[in-house]
Amino acid sequence: MSDITQSGPVLAADGTPLKRSLARALRMQKLRALMLIAPLLLFILLTFIFPIADMLFRSVENGIVADTLPKTVVALQDWDPDSGEAPGEEVFTALAADMQVAAKEKTHTRLGTRLNYELTGISSLFRKSGRKVSRWDLAADAPFKDKFLSIDKDWGSIEVWRTISTYTPKYTNGYFLNSVDMQKGPDGAEMRPENQQIYITLFMRTLVMSLVITGSCILLGYPVAWILANLPSRTANMLMILVLLPFWTSLLVRTSAWKVMLQQQGVINDVLVWLGFVADDARLVMINNQFGTIVAMTHILLPFMILPMYSVMQTIQPTYLRAAKSLGATNWTAFWRVYFPQSVPGIGAGSILVFILAIGYYITPEIVGGTKGVFISNRIAYHISSSLNWGLAAALGTILLAVVLLLYWTYDKIVGIDNVKLG
Amino acid sequence: MKLTKLTALAATTALCAPMAFAADMADEMTIVSWGGAYSKSQLKAYHEPYSEKTGVKIINDESSAEAVAKLRAMNEAGNVTWDVVDVVAADAMRLCDEGLAMEIDADTQLAAAPDGTPATEDFGDLLVSECFIPQIVYSTTFGYRTDLVGDTPPTNVCAVFDLEAYPGKRALEKRAINNMEWALLCDGVAKDEVYDVLETEEGQERALAKLDTIKDSVIWWSAGADTPQLLADGEIVMGSTYNGRLFSVIEEQKQPVAMLWDAQIFDLDGWIIPAGLSEERKARALDYIMFATDTQRLADQAAYISYGPARASSAPLVGKHADLGIDMAPHMPTDPANAQNTFLYNYEFWADYRDDIEGKFQAWLAK
Repeated sequence: MSDITQSGPVLAADGTPLKRSLARALRMQKLRALMLIAPLLLFILLTFIFPIADMLFRSVENGIVADTLPKTVVALQDWDPDSGEAPGEEVFTALAADMQVAAKEKTHTRLGTRLNYELTGISSLFRKSGRKVSRWDLAADAPFKDKFLSIDKDWGSIEVWRTISTYTPKYTNGYFLNSVDMQKGPDGAEMRPENQQIYITLFMRTLVMSLVITGSCILLGYPVAWILANLPSRTANMLMILVLLPFWTSLLVRTSAWKVMLQQQGVINDVLVWLGFVADDARLVMINNQFGTIVAMTHILLPFMILPMYSVMQTIQPTYLRAAKSLGATNWTAFWRVYFPQSVPGIGAGSILVFILAIGYYITPEIVGGTKGVFISNRIAYHISSSLNWGLAAALGTILLAVVLLLYWTYDKIVGIDNVKLG
Repeated sequence: MKLTKLTALAATTALCAPMAFAADMADEMTIVSWGGAYSKSQLKAYHEPYSEKTGVKIINDESSAEAVAKLRAMNEAGNVTWDVVDVVAADAMRLCDEGLAMEIDADTQLAAAPDGTPATEDFGDLLVSECFIPQIVYSTTFGYRTDLVGDTPPTNVCAVFDLEAYPGKRALEKRAINNMEWALLCDGVAKDEVYDVLETEEGQERALAKLDTIKDSVIWWSAGADTPQLLADGEIVMGSTYNGRLFSVIEEQKQPVAMLWDAQIFDLDGWIIPAGLSEERKARALDYIMFATDTQRLADQAAYISYGPARASSAPLVGKHADLGIDMAPHMPTDPANAQNTFLYNYEFWADYRDDIEGKFQAWLAK
C-alpha cells in the first residue's frame, strides 16, 4: 500500500480521475443490467407489489363517511358528543341533503354496512331511511330532525352520532384496533369484551402451530434427506420420486386423504381397534383439531424441507466424516461436530420456506382444522369473501406481513441469512 | 383512487381471465352458479333448452360462493364479466342495496304463469328484493343415520341437543346463522320470538350456552358436502346441511340416512343480473331470465334436484326424478308433509347483527 502516498488522484487515459471513470463504467453496467430486468420488474410491480400495497392501504382507509355525507360531516364539527344531546336541526338538514344524493347512487347502504362494523343496527337505519329521504323536498319539507326521528328514533341516539363522528376522518386505526381485539371507545382505545376477543388468540396459535409444523418437518425431513444424499444416485433418484410424487398431487386430494385416514371411523382408528389398542367406543379424535392440522400440513410441506436439505447435504464431502472417524471420533461425534454444522444451511433454508408457507396457509386448516386448528388466514379469507369486511381483512393481513418480516429479521440476526443455502 | 381501480382491475382480470374476452362476444354469456348437482340441474333444465332455442353459448362459472366479493371487485374495476348470477336471497339483497345488481320489474320482465297470473302474484312473498328473481326454495335441515339412532328415530330438532338419547357426534355449520335459532328454539323460546330474544345480549349468551352443552360432540362444517360425507362414513349420528344434499345421499347413494324435517329453515336461491352491463348484454340476460324462470322451466329443474320451484304455478307440474324415476313432490321442502314445522329465516335481522353475533360465535368456537 505504498502507492497511495503518491500525490494527486490517479488519472485515466482521457484525463478524468480513475475513480470517477471507474464509477461511471460501473454505473453504465448497472443501468444495462437494470434495463434487462426492467420488464420483469415492471410486471412484478404492477401485478404484485401495487395490488398488495393497495389492498393493505384499505386497512386504514376510511373515506366513506366523508365522501358519502360531506355536508353532515362539516355540520357535525360543532357537535359535542359529551353534551348528552343529539345534534341539532342544521346537522339533520345537511343529512337530508347528503342522503338524497347518496340514496340515488346507493352509497348510503355501503356507508351503513361500514358503520355497522362499529355499531350494530346502523346498517338497517341507513337502508330504511334512504328510501324515504329520497322522496322529500329539500326546500319545502324542513325542519328535518323530527322527520328523521319519525323514520327511526335511533336518529336521536347519541351512540349513533358518536359513531358517525368518530369515523369522519379520512383515515382510521379502527381496523387495526379491531384486529388486536380492541375497539374505539368514548375515551380512546379499549379492549373488547372478553367474549369477542379472538384475533390475538388466532395470531398466537398461527405462530405456535407454524413453529411446531416446521419442527416436525425438520425431524422427519432430516433423515430422509440424509438417506437420499448418501445413497447411490440410481436408488436416490428412485426415492426422490417418492418424495416428489405427493408434491405433484392436488393439495385438496392430499388433505382429504388425511380425513379418510384420521377420522374416527377412519383407517388408522380401524386398525387400532382391530389390534385391540383402542376400545371401539373410545376411538381417538385425530382430526378437526390442532393435531389434524399439524399432521396434514407437515405432510404437505415436507418436500419443501427435504429438497433444500438434500441439495446442501449432497455437497458435503464424505471424506470429512471419514477423516473425523480416522482421528478417533465416535459415530455421534463425527456426525454432530463435523456433518451437522455443514448441513445447517440446508435446515435454515428449509425452515424458512416451510415456516413462511405455513403461516399463510388456509386451505388445509379450513378442511381439517375444526375450530381449534384454524389459522389467522382462515379469518382473513372469511372477511374477504364472506363478511366482506375488507378493511379488517387488510389490517389482519398487514399485521401478518409485519410479523413475518419481523421474524425474518430476527432469523437473520440469529442464524444469518448468508447461512441459508439452497444448494 | 386510480390505484384502487388499477388493483381491482388486476384482481378481476386474474379472477376472471378465462371469460374476460368471451363475455363481450355477442353469442356467449357467462352464468355463475354453485356447481355440483345444482349446476347440473340448471344445465339440463335451463341452459341446454335455451342454447337450443337461441343458439347462445352458455359458459358456466362456479363462483357463487364468492359472488358478492367478486361482483364488488368487478364493479370497482368497471369491468363486469358476468351476465347472470345465482345467489341466495340474503346476498341478492345485499347486492341490490349496494347498487351492484340491476332492479327488475317482475310483472313486465318475467314470464306470467300459463293461466295468465302475473309473475308478482305467482312468486308471491318470495320476491324479497327488487333485484332478485327467485328460482328455488331450499332448506337447511338435519339428516340422521337410521342405524345409529336406535329404535326411536328423532322427530324433533331438539334431538340434536339431546346427547343422552342420541349419543355420538353431530355436524353443524361453522357460523352463527341457523345454529343460534335452533339453539334458542330448543331452549324453550317460542318460534315467533326467536329473533326478539336473539337481539339482546342475554339472548345471544343463552343461545351460546345451549350450544355449549353439545360443543364437544360437534364437527363444524363449512362446505355443504361435508355432512353427507360424514353421515355416509358413520362419523356422525346427525348433521345439518341443505336438503338437496341429503336427498342425494338417501335416494341416489342409498345410504342408511333419513331426513328430519322438523324446524327446517327455509331459504331462497335465485338470479340477479349485475349492474353495469352493456345494453346488448342486459337485453340478453333479461331474455334468458324470462325463459329460465317460466313455470315449465322451474318445474323441470325439480326433476334433477329436490329443491322446490319458487313459482306457485310450477308445483303441480313437478314430476318424477329424471334418472331414478321416483316421485319428486314428497322430497320437496315445501311439501305439506315436510313443511309442518318450518322456520323462516329473518334476512333483515342478520343483515344488521351478522358482524356482531358472528364475532361472538367465532370467539366462542375458538375457546
